[in-house]
Amino acid sequence: MPAAVSILPSQQLAALNDAYRKAVARKRLRTTLVTAVCFAALLIAAMGAEVNVVTFFGKIGNFASYFDRIFTLDGGVRVWNDIGEWFWGWKKWLSLLGETVLISYVGTLVGAVIAFGLNFLAAENTGPSVALRFAVKRFMEFCRTVPDIVFALIFVIAFGLGPMAGVLAIAIHCIGALGKQYGEIVENIDMKPVEGVRATGASWMACMRFAVLPQVAAGFASYTLLRFEINVRGASVMGFVGAGGIGQELVVAVRKFYYSDVSAILVMIIGTVFIIDIGTGWMRGRLFGKEARS
Amino acid sequence: MSKLPSANSEDLRARYPAVFNQPVASRAAVPAVFVAALALFIFGLNELEFSPARMLSGLRQLGWIVMMMIPPDPGSSLPAYLAAMGETLSIALLGTTLAAVFALPVSLLAARNIVPSNFFRFPVRRFLDSIRGVDTLIWALVWINVVGLGPFAGVLAIAVSDFGAFGKLFSEAIEAADKKQVEGIRASGGSALHEIRFGLLPQVLPVIAGQVLYFIESNTRSATIIGIVGAGGIGLQLAEQIRVLEWQKVSFLILMILVAVAAIDWISSRLRFAIIGRRAVV
Repeated sequence: MPAAVSILPSQQLAALNDAYRKAVARKRLRTTLVTAVCFAALLIAAMGAEVNVVTFFGKIGNFASYFDRIFTLDGGVRVWNDIGEWFWGWKKWLSLLGETVLISYVGTLVGAVIAFGLNFLAAENTGPSVALRFAVKRFMEFCRTVPDIVFALIFVIAFGLGPMAGVLAIAIHCIGALGKQYGEIVENIDMKPVEGVRATGASWMACMRFAVLPQVAAGFASYTLLRFEINVRGASVMGFVGAGGIGQELVVAVRKFYYSDVSAILVMIIGTVFIIDIGTGWMRGRLFGKEARS
Repeated sequence: MSKLPSANSEDLRARYPAVFNQPVASRAAVPAVFVAALALFIFGLNELEFSPARMLSGLRQLGWIVMMMIPPDPGSSLPAYLAAMGETLSIALLGTTLAAVFALPVSLLAARNIVPSNFFRFPVRRFLDSIRGVDTLIWALVWINVVGLGPFAGVLAIAVSDFGAFGKLFSEAIEAADKKQVEGIRASGGSALHEIRFGLLPQVLPVIAGQVLYFIESNTRSATIIGIVGAGGIGLQLAEQIRVLEWQKVSFLILMILVAVAAIDWISSRLRFAIIGRRAVV
């Protein structure tokens, strides 16, 4: 079959070309406008944030030299030449890191248990009453919007300095964050088992236990593990406001210019976060592996 | 509920041995995990100096604080608070933008379909991971040492910690992109850069824009707290008022944060839907 390119009469072609150019021009105009608005917003933001390019380039050398200094021991040698000297306080730091992980664990567990209790009330398909659902949802929103470190600041005053304030702050934040994620899982379940259980005359509680829970347990566990991981990072800075964990040591080291300590503590924090990441990743894999098999 | 006849239940047992005769190990697994979790929990409570007495007195104190917070009242420093809020929003916007600009080229290096060699990709990924392992507040402390106290340190802190997150998210978006369009460009004689510009970027830019907007939203939250270590914004005011126990001002500031976050949430979700349609952004 011979290929034929149909050529339109020039009058018709001109009209089409015109329409095409107009469409392209409109699109270009829109892109330009959006870009201009973005740049204007950034410019205003830059003024608001007191951005000073001169300072930045004048002091960017400090950034490199700061890292140079934190990787140098007092004796003037690189830290990795004398690991013993670098990690001189490893016993204290390790126990503080243990405390950090414990803060995260206890806080996550408390928050998860409360979120678990609340989310069935907040999910659209299982919530027993509209008013209750609204109230629980707003409560969770409050818990997750106020940053955990702000709660920690207030709790340090109410409960005194120490890890307890950190645990409670993480727990509160966890209620909000996990409650929302749990609620989303519950809203996505298959409702037929629930109807089946309800048809036997079961109470609301029994419906949740026998129809909803088996469907959501693995998802809940996975989100909880992920939250634990996030909370370890969060707990590592709780000490900045006196709420326990390794943060206290770090902030002292930074403020008092104990350079090599800063790098040692940072390395230990990053190592811990890696280990927790890998551990929870492995556990999540196992959980879902089990789920797939059954 | 009526019971099944016993003969019938024997029959059921015989028919489904896998359900009724599970080995002890698999039946004990779930309770064992629960007991272990509980034991660690109790150990933790003990180790972290929890005590009912402290809890009670703390709750009483907290109740008193909440009473003192009502009604929220900014006193005479409302203009200062509004300026601080503007500073916080600026920090979030600027920090996220900077992070996105720098993360895009690096994320190309971390994506499997751009850099197939594991040897080059691995260090880039680990580098991004270690940046993410350090909290924004710690980065803020570091930058304060470099550029001094103030919001600029906050911008840089958010930029660096988001750089790690964006690098990972963008590279995942790039890896999920459709290969066919890239192949089409290659077939018509495009160079590697052409492939990225015309085959890849049109696919991933909407996804990336969605993620950036989402991060601006979540960074508004982070930007409220970096002031606690002295990196500008509303956190500075908040930490100060908590320290001097001006509870009415504290509750006002918290309300301001809630309203601002809700507003940014609303704007950015509208923009996100406008860019990528009603698709969830993870």
